[in-house]
Order: sequence, then structure tokens, then C-alpha cells
Amino acid sequence: MADDSRIEGRRRVLRAALATGALATIPGLIPRALAQSKLVIGVIYVGPKDDYGYNQAQAQAAAVIRKMPGVTVIEQEKVAETMDVQKVMASMIEQDGATLIFPTSFGYFDPHVLRVAEKYPKVRFAHCGGLWTKGKHPANTGSYFGYIDECQYLDGVVAGMTSKTKKLGFIAAKPIPQVLRNINAFTMGARSVDPSVTTRLIFTGDWSLPVKEAEAANTLIDQGVDVVTCHVDSPKVIVEAAERRGVYVCGYHASQATLAPKGYLTGAEWNWVTPYTEHVKAAQSGQPMNNFLRGGLKEGFVKTSPYGKSSSEAARKKADAVKGEMTKGGYAIFKGPLKDNTGKTVIATGSAHQQTDPVLEQMNYLVDGVIGKI
Amino acid sequence: MLLFGVFVAAVGKDPLEVYQLIYAGGFGSGFAWQNTLSRAAPLILTALCVALPAQAGTMVIGAEGAVVLGGLAAAVTGYAVGDASPLVVKLAMAAAGMLIGGLWIAAAGALRQYRGVNETISSLLLTYIAIALFNHLVEGPLRDPASLNKPSTPPIGSANMLGALPGLDVHWGLGLGAIFCIATYVLIYHTTWGFAIRVAGGNARAARLVGLSVDRLVIAAFFLGGAAAGLAGMIEVAAVHGSANASLIAGYGYAGILVAFIARHNPLAILPVAVLVGGISASGGMLQRRLDMPDATVLVFQGLAFLTILASEALYGRLKLFGHGARA
Repeated sequence: MADDSRIEGRRRVLRAALATGALATIPGLIPRALAQSKLVIGVIYVGPKDDYGYNQAQAQAAAVIRKMPGVTVIEQEKVAETMDVQKVMASMIEQDGATLIFPTSFGYFDPHVLRVAEKYPKVRFAHCGGLWTKGKHPANTGSYFGYIDECQYLDGVVAGMTSKTKKLGFIAAKPIPQVLRNINAFTMGARSVDPSVTTRLIFTGDWSLPVKEAEAANTLIDQGVDVVTCHVDSPKVIVEAAERRGVYVCGYHASQATLAPKGYLTGAEWNWVTPYTEHVKAAQSGQPMNNFLRGGLKEGFVKTSPYGKSSSEAARKKADAVKGEMTKGGYAIFKGPLKDNTGKTVIATGSAHQQTDPVLEQMNYLVDGVIGKI
Repeated sequence: MLLFGVFVAAVGKDPLEVYQLIYAGGFGSGFAWQNTLSRAAPLILTALCVALPAQAGTMVIGAEGAVVLGGLAAAVTGYAVGDASPLVVKLAMAAAGMLIGGLWIAAAGALRQYRGVNETISSLLLTYIAIALFNHLVEGPLRDPASLNKPSTPPIGSANMLGALPGLDVHWGLGLGAIFCIATYVLIYHTTWGFAIRVAGGNARAARLVGLSVDRLVIAAFFLGGAAAGLAGMIEVAAVHGSANASLIAGYGYAGILVAFIARHNPLAILPVAVLVGGISASGGMLQRRLDMPDATVLVFQGLAFLTILASEALYGRLKLFGHGARA
């Protein structure tokens, strides 16, 4: 602890702290000797892991891999996208012996994961978000992500069949490509069963603003919207507000069915167990990590919530038929002719974008039928 | 400490093990120390943003706004002059961050001195304006088109980043914070100007009677405090993020309030207090990872510890405060 001496000289209070420290040389302060053969996995969440949303979806997968043989899972929640996460990753490695880390928030990747990964080349970092680029990012980092717009499309189908007012509501955090893709897929799903349906859109401006989200839900419902869905970190308050006002709701990230036993139609959920398991197995067998893991319904990266009791038989049938086609593979949601809500053609007739197409990740428009502006 | 032990026992964990882990996580090894110091670095500067105006007898709680806008100013400056030599870029960034942060808090000072607006309220409200302005600019006019899913300003370039302190895995923010603290300590306690600020803070009327320009002194103290917070923002950009984005809004400004109060607004005392707070937050992770305790555990510990410290300053009403602490 050579570094300590200089600080110590400067600060009297610290000296006292160190003195007590010296007295308390209790065994067990050294990193807990975790059995060498066990794979220690660290999972880091940006919010609480029981948020009924983004973090809970990750925590559910962590709970599954925890049960795999030869695996120890350590978790830390509410870690900010600052120096905080760099230090948490380093702590997991240095103090707990972790060799596989799941930093689950999008904003962790650049620069935090990249910087720590450089320092610890033997540790694997599996980041959620899909930013990894071959040749640009280190081989011990990788990203996994799912095409959840498929589930949003199916939600839209059910919502379109259910709505009586033909007005759907979407509450979104920020106008970024990932979110726009969900809004568009939801709207297109609904309009595929009834072209007169429109989606009213409200951006709240940030990922977790419960008060604004509740206000937005109420505003939409006041305008006659009778099916609400969202893309925010925790859909909890939106689902609860919808249930209280007696309208239908589609969930997001994880299942919020228990929050709205009456109005919950279905929901778009992550199924992170699939990429988690693959990364854990590769780490256990010593195979190089798969740096770019992607998938949709077919690959089991995403799933829909079980239908709630208010979704009609006809709606279920219709959605299941589309789902069947999606799981077959090759299904393109975004295909021409497609116009945005200002009347401009964004995808020409005859061209179709497969889910893997990077063009979709630069989406900067709202499709026809969305009432709102970026 | 005892109260927290009771709390821990109440949730069914062994208090001794928890104490051990708090120590191990925050101060138990060279690694833990570096972890602690990294977390302390931004708090030192934001605490100054509270402590300096407090020397002038005022209560500013809006450091967060100065951090955010200072960081943005630094990121934009860094990008604009990115081709100059790295030292020039860093200095320009620091100057921009300090200037904007300083002006932002000085605005609260001016409102107080010339318009009679309560500085506590105005500085807090200015923070909301700062964050809204920041979000608008980063997601709008100043956005780097290449930042798709995480709107950011264009990167300042890795050559212009602040590195680590020699021999440590702690960035330069700690060094700059320490220098700033010592400099302001000397300024406040060992110069006539600092004395004048303290006189103005102690009794503005008396200060006016002896011919001090109270308005100017107070606003200058606000400006210096804001400059410290703006520098904290610049360091976050230059040492951690490399550009300005929403990660800058991390609550350092608010954590600094706590540090300043525990340090009783003495710039020098801020250093150890910030380290203590940094250590406690570093050890929070250890509790979560080893004992599966929720993140809030550490907040309870922090709340209890600081309430106890603050309460012990007041002779009476202790029981009431402890009651609050237990519920925190």
C-alpha cells in the first residue's frame, strides 16, 4: 500500500482511519477465496433489479444462470454510467474474482467497458446493446441484443384488434433509433389489422421519469386512447395508470401482467437467458466468446407475455399466425412501400429490410399512422 | 455505527460481517483505496461549490447545474480546438468549464444581491434549467450525428483526455480537486480578501459599515464555487466520458452538499470527508455482491452516520433526529 503513505501524510483523519484499520486486520479482508474451478459472473444493473422493466428482465436471466452448475453470480444494482461502473467492474474482477461480466446498461459500453476490458484482457465482457464492431473493439468484449420490434409488432396486432376508439397510445423515453423502431413496429402491427388505427406518441425525455410517465398516460387516455404501451426503463407506473383508468395495456421489457390483471393484453419481453447461457457455456469451456449475439423470436432472444384475459380469441389467433411466420425466419417488418408520417417515402416499393439490416439501426422517422414528432 | 448495526441485525445479517465488508470494500486494500479515491474526486470540487458561498453566509445547493453545463462547455471547447496541442486543449477546456460553471452560480449570487431572490431556491431551480438546456443541446444542435442510441457531443479525442495520477489508477481529478481545496483554504483563511468574505458572511451590515463591497464579494464567492463545480464537469468529460452526454447528470452536485456540510464548509476538511463518502459508496458494492443486500443499505448507513454527526453538533433535540435516522 505504497500509495497510501502520501495521502496519510496529508490528512490527519485518514491516519486515524488507517490506525483502526491496522487494528482490525481481520482475516477475510483479502478477496474471498472463491473456489478456483467455479466461474464467477458479475452482473451490473443501472437501476433497481426489481423495477418491473429493463433491469428486471436482465435479473431474471441472471437468476437462471445462477442455477447452472459451477457458476457463482454476483450482482450489483443502481450503478451509474460514470466512473462508478468502471470501478464496479474492476472490483468484481479484483475483489471477487469474476471472469465474465454482464454490464447490462447501454451507456456502460463506451468508454467504460472498453477501458476496463483493455486493462483486463483475460476477462470477458458481454454488453447488452449491440455496439460491438469487429476490428474496432477488443476481442474480450462483445454485445448481445434482441429484435424486440417483432414482439412490438405482435403487440400492435393485438392492440389493433382490441381498440374500440382506434386510438393507441405510446409513451417513449427518447427519440433514438431503437425506440423509434419499436414505435413504428407497434403502429404497423396495429395498422396491419385495421388501417384506420393511429398511435398517439409522447416523449418523456428520459429513461426513468415516473411522474411524467403517469401524466403522459393520463393525457393519452383523456384523448380517447384505449390501449397504451411504452418504451421506458420501468413501465410500472404506466401499466398501473392504465389499469386504474380502465384501459388496455401492452407491457415492455418484462411482464407487468400482475400490475394490471384486468387490462393487460400481452407484452414485448426480453428473453436474455438465451445469450446469457451461451456466454456462460463458452466461458466454461474456454471457447472464444461470440462477440456479436443477436436474435429475435426465432432465436429465443425475445418473447411475448402470455395473453391476458382481456385479449380476444380472434386477436390471439391473428397474432399467433404472424408469430408463426416470424419464428420461421426471413420475416421482414420494414418493407416497401413505406411512408413516414409526413408523407415521405422511406422504403421504396419492392425493397425489404431483414431484421439484421444495419439500416434499421439508424431509423430516424415515424411511420404513417403515428401522431407525433421526433 | 451502533444504530446501523441494529438495522443490519433487523434485516437478518451479521452486523460484524457487514462492518468488515464496509472496511474491506472502502479501505481494506490498495485497490479499495484507489476505488475510494476515484469516487471522492468529483465530490471534492462539488463540495467546494457549497462551501465557498457558505463562507459568505449563503446556502447554495445548485452545484449539479454548474457541473453539467461546465462539462458541456468543456466538451464543446475541446472539440472546437481539438487540433491544438493537448495541453492547450486541456487548459481551454478547463477554462471554459470553470467560466460557465462560475457564471451559472454567480447568476444565483447576483439574483440574491440585486434582486433579493433566495439563493438556495434559485440555485436549485437553475439546476433544473441547466439540465433541460443540457439535454436540449446534446440531443439537438450539439449532437454528434454518429451517436445513434446515446446522444452525445462529438468526442474530444483520446489525445486530449486527462490521464491517471502517476502510480495510481485514479484520474487527475483528484489532484486538481486537492489543489483547488488547498488554494481556496489559503484564500479564505490566509488572505485579506478571504477575511473580507468571511466578514461579509458573518455580518453583512457590519461589513458594509467598514466599507467592504459586500455584493461583489458574495458574487465572487459564488463564482469561485461555480468554477469548482464547472471544473468537476470538465474533469468528468476529459477524464471519463470523452464527450458530454446524459451520463454527466450523475448527482455529484447533490452529493457534494453532504460533503460540504460534514466538513463544516472548511475547504481543507472537504478532502478527508470526500474520501470517507467515497469509501462508503465503494463498499456499498461489496455489500451487494457478497451479502445480496440492496443498494439502499449503504444509503441507510450514510444517512445514519451523517445525521449522527450533524446531530451531535446540536446539543438538544437529539432523540428526534435519531428517530429520523432510523427511518431514513
